[in-house]
Amino acid sequence: MKCHLPKLYLLLSLILCGIILIFEKNISPYYYQVIVYIGINIILASSLNIINGFAGQFSLGHAGFMAAGAYTSAVITSSMHISPGSLASYPAFLFSLICAGIIASLFGLMVGIPSLRLKGDYLAITTLGFGEIIRVIIQNLDFLGAARGFTGIAKLSDFFWVFGIISILIFLVYNLINSTYGKGFLAVRDDEIAASAVGIDVTRYKVIAFVFGAFFAGIAGGLYAHFVTYINPSQFGFLRSFEIVVMVVVGGMGNIIGVIISAAILTILPEALRSIAQYRMVIYALLLVIIMLLREGEFLGGRFNIKRLWKKSPAET
Amino acid sequence: MHRRKKILSTVIIALVSLIISCGQQADQNEILIGEYSSLTGTTATYGLSTHRGLMMAVDETNNAGGILGKKIKLLTEDTQSKPEEAATAVTKLISRDRVVGVIGEVSSSRSLAAAPICQANKIPMITNASTNPEVTKKGDYIFRVCFIDPFQGEIMAKFTFNSLGLKRAAILKDIKNDYSIGLAQFFEESFKSLGGEIVATQAYSEGDADFKAQLTALKAANPEAVIVPGYYTEAALIVKQARELNMNMPFVGGDGWDSGKLIEIGGESMNNSYFSTAFSSDDPDPVVQNFAQKYHQLYGEKPDALAALGYDAGLIMFDAIKRAGVTESSKLRDAIAATKNFRGVTGLITIDQHRNALKPIVILAVENGKLVYKETVQP
Repeated sequence: MKCHLPKLYLLLSLILCGIILIFEKNISPYYYQVIVYIGINIILASSLNIINGFAGQFSLGHAGFMAAGAYTSAVITSSMHISPGSLASYPAFLFSLICAGIIASLFGLMVGIPSLRLKGDYLAITTLGFGEIIRVIIQNLDFLGAARGFTGIAKLSDFFWVFGIISILIFLVYNLINSTYGKGFLAVRDDEIAASAVGIDVTRYKVIAFVFGAFFAGIAGGLYAHFVTYINPSQFGFLRSFEIVVMVVVGGMGNIIGVIISAAILTILPEALRSIAQYRMVIYALLLVIIMLLREGEFLGGRFNIKRLWKKSPAET
Repeated sequence: MHRRKKILSTVIIALVSLIISCGQQADQNEILIGEYSSLTGTTATYGLSTHRGLMMAVDETNNAGGILGKKIKLLTEDTQSKPEEAATAVTKLISRDRVVGVIGEVSSSRSLAAAPICQANKIPMITNASTNPEVTKKGDYIFRVCFIDPFQGEIMAKFTFNSLGLKRAAILKDIKNDYSIGLAQFFEESFKSLGGEIVATQAYSEGDADFKAQLTALKAANPEAVIVPGYYTEAALIVKQARELNMNMPFVGGDGWDSGKLIEIGGESMNNSYFSTAFSSDDPDPVVQNFAQKYHQLYGEKPDALAALGYDAGLIMFDAIKRAGVTESSKLRDAIAATKNFRGVTGLITIDQHRNALKPIVILAVENGKLVYKETVQP
């Protein structure tokens, strides 16, 4: 009975998405826009959480996977001349998203292979470089619009798509983590040598983490491209990768719920601070510092403690 | 456990109330105009210039009694120099603040993300400096006050071919920059159609500091003029290094060169180079001088072309509201579309049937380390 619970949750959340879809027209367009961005960021952060949080491979190339997915799906729907709202648009969009995921996961595979030999900082730099390579290649491909960007993408993403995919992603992540693979990820993260000593194929687990994470980053890119309707290589720079990493770190590496909440909060925060115009990013950064100082262990998994602001860390005392 | 929940819920409640409280209440005696601008991020200097120009236009109009007996209230949203932020900012301005018109953005990438939203909501948008032709193709509610890349490329080609009398040109473009690629392409097309020849093309990337390799390759092709359709930082370095390689031919650029920094970086080596721009604060025209003086008083610096374009975008919007007599979007749209020979600080502006601005272009030359007004080319 117990193992049916996640499936039940998946069903319930998909039904909920459907119900909210009916009220979609009543939501203020501004809130709607922010909610969809939250959704896209949740997908990005949760998929990075598999690589960074669970498998412990510090990747800084997530924006590159996102770019690969965004451009793949945009090219597919544009070449099919899909008009939003038509019945054919739904399967076509699904097809383009799956292709986006597959292309992105191929790139994930390509990053995963060098990562077999690298660890920590070295891996972070490799993935950062890889993400940039993807972006720079796009920047030089004329049929993708090069630096001018890809315009005229149909607006196909909506609340249902984004949150439907989140439901499936969280369901998959939850099951993956509670499977042999999940235990394998944690073993690789905690001690690679010990893991391989007990017969875990470290290489295989790392590659699986990269492929899985990149797949959903690609889908998030596809959703993003079909929501903003205009993509430009500069949108997928390394700053974007850092934003996603911040969401994962604030939410707590390897904490599924924490990462979802931090993705939501970190998307809302700059919007909530709009009233202070150009100073808002200063306040945003300041709040990030405070959050990092206050938390103990993980954001939601751990505890907040105001005293930590002036108390020395145990290591210093 | 308990405390954690308490703090978390406090944070969430604070955030929600902040979001709810920042909505604007529409005043009967005010006309709300929205502006989205890159006040922070990679192109913050451009966003700030257009914002200052627009603020000046708003203050001047309000001090003169406003329009239709109402004051103009400008709501400015920051885009962080990101397209998706531009989309959010414009959605907020239209759906929450209910602005009657939208002004922005400098960068075509942000305007391209925001324009479909303005079009879908039928709110007129005037972009101050997006030169990519695609922007106004997004729909009949999208306008611009700057000239488009094809027009500028054509003028640069004509100037090089006719005024300078040079037939063999080489191009050195910024491969990372959409503006530079566009301008290079349109220059090449019109230069060839005039009968000129492009003898070599080389590329660099924004942020590069050494251009000797590209310049040596260009020198080998022996061009009579070198076209550098990029931004001023790289352009100045390019010309400087070219002179060191004994390349003494004229260098020609576009409005990306328009900055005091150009000569600051390039120094004496900038002599014998030319660029086209929308505006020169040294233009003897009294309208320009009046604007430049006021701007200097307010902000303590000379206005650049972007400030002038921001100012003109505001004035055209206000003028259209005045002529329409109402702020209803379809009437306002028609009034903007009917703008004819409007006297802005960047010259006489007419909106054509493609909603682009027809306006004169100014050619500046560098002589003895100073910018010299060369000629004005009418459309």
